[in-house]
Amino acid sequence: MSRLLAALLTLALATPVLADTTLLNVSYDVMRDFYKDYNPAFAKYYDARFKDKLTIQQSHGGSSKQARAVIDGLEADVVTMNQSTDIDAIVEKGKQINPGWDKKLPNEAAPFSSLQVLIVRKGNPKGIKDWNDLVKPGVQVIVPNPKTSGNGRYTYLAAWGYALKQAGGNDAKARQFVTDVFKNVPVLDAGGRAATTTFMQRQIGDVLVTFENEAEMIAREFGRGGFEVVYPSVSIDADLPVAVVDKVVDKKGTRKAAEEYLKYLWSPEGQEIAAQNYLRPRDAGIAAKYAKQFPPVKLFGVNEFGGLAKAQKVHFDDGGIYDQIAAAIAKK
Amino acid sequence: MAFKKHSVLPGFNLSLGYTLLYLTIIVLLPLSALLLKSSGLTAHAFWAVVTEPRVLASYRVTFGASLLAALINLFSGLLIAWVLVRYSFPAKRFIDALVDLPFALPTAVAGIALATIYAPNGSMGELLAPLGIKVAFTPLGIVLALTFITLPFVVRTVQPVLQDLEVELEEAASSLGATRLQIFWKVILPTLLPALLTGFALAFARAIGEYGSVIFIAGNMPYVSEITPLMIISKLEQYDYLGATAIAVVMLVVSFGLLLLINGLQWWSAKRLGRR
Amino acid sequence: MATIALTQRSIVTTEVPWVRYTLTTLALLLIGLFLVLPLFTVFYEALKKGWGLYLTALVEPDALSAIKLTLTAAAIAVPLNLVFGVAAAWAIAKFDFRGKSVLITLIDLPFAVSPVVAGLIYVLMFGAQGWWGPWLMDHDIKVIFAIPGIVLATVFVTFPFVARELIPLMEAQGSEEEQAAMTLGASGWQTFWRVTLPNIKWGLLYGVILANARAMGEFGAVSVVSGHIRGETNTLPLHVEILYNEYNFVGAFACASLLALLALVTLAAKSLVEWRTEQLAAAARRDAVE
Repeated sequence: MSRLLAALLTLALATPVLADTTLLNVSYDVMRDFYKDYNPAFAKYYDARFKDKLTIQQSHGGSSKQARAVIDGLEADVVTMNQSTDIDAIVEKGKQINPGWDKKLPNEAAPFSSLQVLIVRKGNPKGIKDWNDLVKPGVQVIVPNPKTSGNGRYTYLAAWGYALKQAGGNDAKARQFVTDVFKNVPVLDAGGRAATTTFMQRQIGDVLVTFENEAEMIAREFGRGGFEVVYPSVSIDADLPVAVVDKVVDKKGTRKAAEEYLKYLWSPEGQEIAAQNYLRPRDAGIAAKYAKQFPPVKLFGVNEFGGLAKAQKVHFDDGGIYDQIAAAIAKK
Repeated sequence: MAFKKHSVLPGFNLSLGYTLLYLTIIVLLPLSALLLKSSGLTAHAFWAVVTEPRVLASYRVTFGASLLAALINLFSGLLIAWVLVRYSFPAKRFIDALVDLPFALPTAVAGIALATIYAPNGSMGELLAPLGIKVAFTPLGIVLALTFITLPFVVRTVQPVLQDLEVELEEAASSLGATRLQIFWKVILPTLLPALLTGFALAFARAIGEYGSVIFIAGNMPYVSEITPLMIISKLEQYDYLGATAIAVVMLVVSFGLLLLINGLQWWSAKRLGRR
Repeated sequence: MATIALTQRSIVTTEVPWVRYTLTTLALLLIGLFLVLPLFTVFYEALKKGWGLYLTALVEPDALSAIKLTLTAAAIAVPLNLVFGVAAAWAIAKFDFRGKSVLITLIDLPFAVSPVVAGLIYVLMFGAQGWWGPWLMDHDIKVIFAIPGIVLATVFVTFPFVARELIPLMEAQGSEEEQAAMTLGASGWQTFWRVTLPNIKWGLLYGVILANARAMGEFGAVSVVSGHIRGETNTLPLHVEILYNEYNFVGAFACASLLALLALVTLAAKSLVEWRTEQLAAAARRDAVE
């Protein structure tokens, strides 16, 4: 009962003080925890500096689903996505963001990055060490659907890139390799979070491929006893881009707050919160401080594929290579 | 013939006018928006979208699972209705009320509950796993979810007819020497047939559109366990509004056709019962 | 009552005991497996970690605002469809006109349309890329990703419920009573309030109960138009999904249990209405005999 009272009390205290400015941050699934920490920190900084109390609202969901909502008129002040193609889609289809958004902030507007890691059951009973272990018969791989999830697309591209980098690797071999990986996938969840639930809660599969920072979330929610993180020999550098939604902030008059909100992501405090949430920071000082939790991994970028936009077109659009692979697997 | 037969009661213009206005605003206008949007595609492009192999596979999954679920309910619905009307047992009133649970329980809640129960480490999943039966995240899971949400239809259409069934008919058949099974086949079942079919069609119509409960338990594998509503969502997430609309039109046409069929069945059923 | 009915049945119109017991057991097994087990699971998972956590999950600000939004949407959608249902039933049941069966089919349509399609149509109409989206944006009117869109989607999915309950009921009752009232000099509205409404009130209530349950539980259609802004545009079923995706299973099932509780209250209310209707019918039969 005291718990209930405490909850009621916090509720009463948490009733928002009349805010001057409201920002809506439309983000993807696994960023909840980072922004839960970052929003109060930023609001405090902003109030101290500009004498303006901010209320920051959050909306989370699959990256593409969220981008579509913005295109359809969800009035986001800022979008924080896991793929530049989702922001490009808002530029092209909705025209709410002006072209050149990725030049307005450092690091092509990606304040931090992550990479795809392999999460296996405690003791690694199937002995999974690298990407080529995913194609072994009898290994079940849990991956979210590349059609609907940026997380799944990065996994697909990471596996493709790995195969390409093997001795004698070429596109045909890479395609066969990715086909073999997806042959071992028993469930394709719509998003990264659902995939984790399938792996951890439902206990389906031998290996979950997901972002490095998601591994930390699993540890917090499910405890560290149930799984191990395996860093593959090579992985993909997943830049997590952010942008101000020009049309909305100009209409609402929130441009200054929105731009400060994103800029502060590069501040030492923002970078430290990122590192605490296991997102790889850009700031060299912070990176050095947290070096222990970020083992060095050989990375390749999406430029291997001529950029994400091209990869989307060749691999993930309707009728693209992923569709052909899925069709080939279904035939068997 | 005049548009309307004469009646002494007032309020025809008001009530019909309001009905039509409201119907137009809430249902017809939005649905015509859908049709109009899809006319942005040429007939050829429309056909190409709605017959993509992956979309075709989703029809197979959706219609196949819905048909199976409706069939399961045809039998279990008849059984439950029969037991509720003809036999007595403790807590009957309570169980009768419980049959409507799927109508009252939000589909998302049903989805997570079923996924929890039938996952390999869930209460039922654990029992079925050693037998090699996987339910959650397979097409079987879809059938299960659809069976759950459409369970009340057959029960509720058959129950009143069974209740009104006259005992004299059965007695007469019995006195003519028919066995119990013969009576069931020759006397009872033909009377129940229109109600059974109506319930079946209603369950089928509801099942093909269902989304909330299915996505939690389906596994969503391309060609294997992707349902058609999920294809609409998936098209939307690739910013392909026209494609999403085209598939939605196909679903709309099927729903409308099924409704016409159901109303026809109900008319037939009323006529048959009226004659008796 | 049921026992009396059974004892009255002669031996030829019922089955031998072992068949009866087998069938009953089978039916109860089905109900247990399909209905009781899921219901039990919701409450079991919600209370697994104790009452404290359960209640904390329910009074969390986002959950409270989701409850509020869900109640608001139902409070607007249900009365709208109630008025429509009465008007439609009056027109259809009390008068004969051409195109009636087409009208009935059209009223049924939202019942058979996939909720996903229902959400899509509002995006096509009110979305920034839709028909009226740009105009609405210029005038700063928010429809989708705001409360009006959620209400509209709810109105759409619960559209046929009241009308579908009333049409057959009013058709069965006929219009002799109304005609008698009219000949005695009552006005149209007086006839409606004093004669028709008392006759249909239980059917009306029944439709409202069903519409309300659906309004509070709708997921697919609302999910498409909500925008998922925490504390703003999340209804309770959407909040369940979000908590579930946050690995907050206790919270998810706690909110789910609230919806399940609502379902149980709905069923209880429904049984009560049915019971009342039966009693009234029985009383009417007795009067007729006397």
